[in-house]
Amino acid sequence: MEKTIDARGLSCPQPVLDTLAAIAAMGSGKLTVLVDTEASKENVSRAVAAKGWRLDAVAEDGGEYRLDISKG
Amino acid sequence: MKNFFSSKQGIIAVGLAIGVLAPLLQFWGNPGNMGICVACFERDIAGSVGLHRAAVVQYMRPEIIGFVLGSLLAALFARDFRPRAGSAPIARFILGAFAMIGALVFLGCPWRAVLRLAGGDLSAIFGILGLVAGIWIGTIFFRKGYSLGRSQKTHASVGLIMPLVMLGFFALMLLYPQIQNEPQSGVLFYSVQGPGSMHAPLLASLAVGLLVGVIAQRSRFCTMGAFRDVILFRQSHLLLGVVALFVAAVVVNALLGQVKIGFEGQPVAHTQQVWNFAGMLLAGLCFALAGGCPGRQLFLSGEGDGDAAVFVFGMIVGAGFAHNFGLASSPQGVGPHGIAAVFVGLAVCLYFGLTMRAKA
Repeated sequence: MEKTIDARGLSCPQPVLDTLAAIAAMGSGKLTVLVDTEASKENVSRAVAAKGWRLDAVAEDGGEYRLDISKG
Repeated sequence: MKNFFSSKQGIIAVGLAIGVLAPLLQFWGNPGNMGICVACFERDIAGSVGLHRAAVVQYMRPEIIGFVLGSLLAALFARDFRPRAGSAPIARFILGAFAMIGALVFLGCPWRAVLRLAGGDLSAIFGILGLVAGIWIGTIFFRKGYSLGRSQKTHASVGLIMPLVMLGFFALMLLYPQIQNEPQSGVLFYSVQGPGSMHAPLLASLAVGLLVGVIAQRSRFCTMGAFRDVILFRQSHLLLGVVALFVAAVVVNALLGQVKIGFEGQPVAHTQQVWNFAGMLLAGLCFALAGGCPGRQLFLSGEGDGDAAVFVFGMIVGAGFAHNFGLASSPQGVGPHGIAAVFVGLAVCLYFGLTMRAKA
């Protein structure tokens, strides 16, 4: 299962809330999260790691981050 | 570049640093158990520019100026300056105003609640419990889909507005410096007695402010997020920073002879515990709905967040209302209309929390 969450422009704690909700709904698979602050990037990274998901890649483009996350 | 301050050690180091510096500022002249208090200091700034005329709480606090400018410097240096704005600014302004009103019913922001406890003021326990309760109510709204919506990228010049305002405030301070025993210097008011007259030397205050601004921007230190993340995500990262602040402040206060344990006769505090609790409950709920404690809102406004800047201005204007309308407490207890203001504020938060939902 693959899914993308666009959390750009959303402030704390919404990027993490949305990511965790998606993780809970998916169980496993590939998830892409888009954020546009370093704080959100760090928060989402920390939260998914705590849930046992792996951060496969972080790509930065013009101050925006694309986080590729997966499990299973 | 790996950001050390985003690590567990990093947030603990930041908490320890603030916990050491705040009691030192008190030692150098700031009011009792008020080495740093974002709410009190913004209230003093409101007084210094005459938005209220409570003569005992008027001073242009350089710590606040330093917080914003330090955050700006850190953000520029780390390429983390992100000019953005437009996430329901008017709602954030009102949340800022009621956050201030609630904080002034208790007499302190979350930082000061922790610092009061670290100085032995046991009434702070009721404030901290209220803070946690308010944040907990906020998390219920978040779980039900509460959102103030997205911000948009904007011009760098927009992101620089709050830092420029702070530079302007600092320029006013240099242009109209404090004159001993004079309540006014040019356009600025300066308390000659009361908490507003107690302050560390300008350069010490500014230097600590700048340093805290830098490290707090890098670490995202937030006293509201500390409790919110535990309640919402079972995540203790930010809480480690607050615990570190408390532990360091207890130790430094003890070393400096600044601990006095008890409820009665504590500096700039009252013992009406129901209202210590309720004031902070309102403030905590406002912080939660706006996404940051007052310190965090200053650091965000330094890194380009125009919505956080609006919240800060809401707090400053709220302080004006709080003192002009008799909403703020004093060591004698709550103000004549403080209790009514808490209920109005809670009603406003309920309206926000229930009606501002993300579209699925």
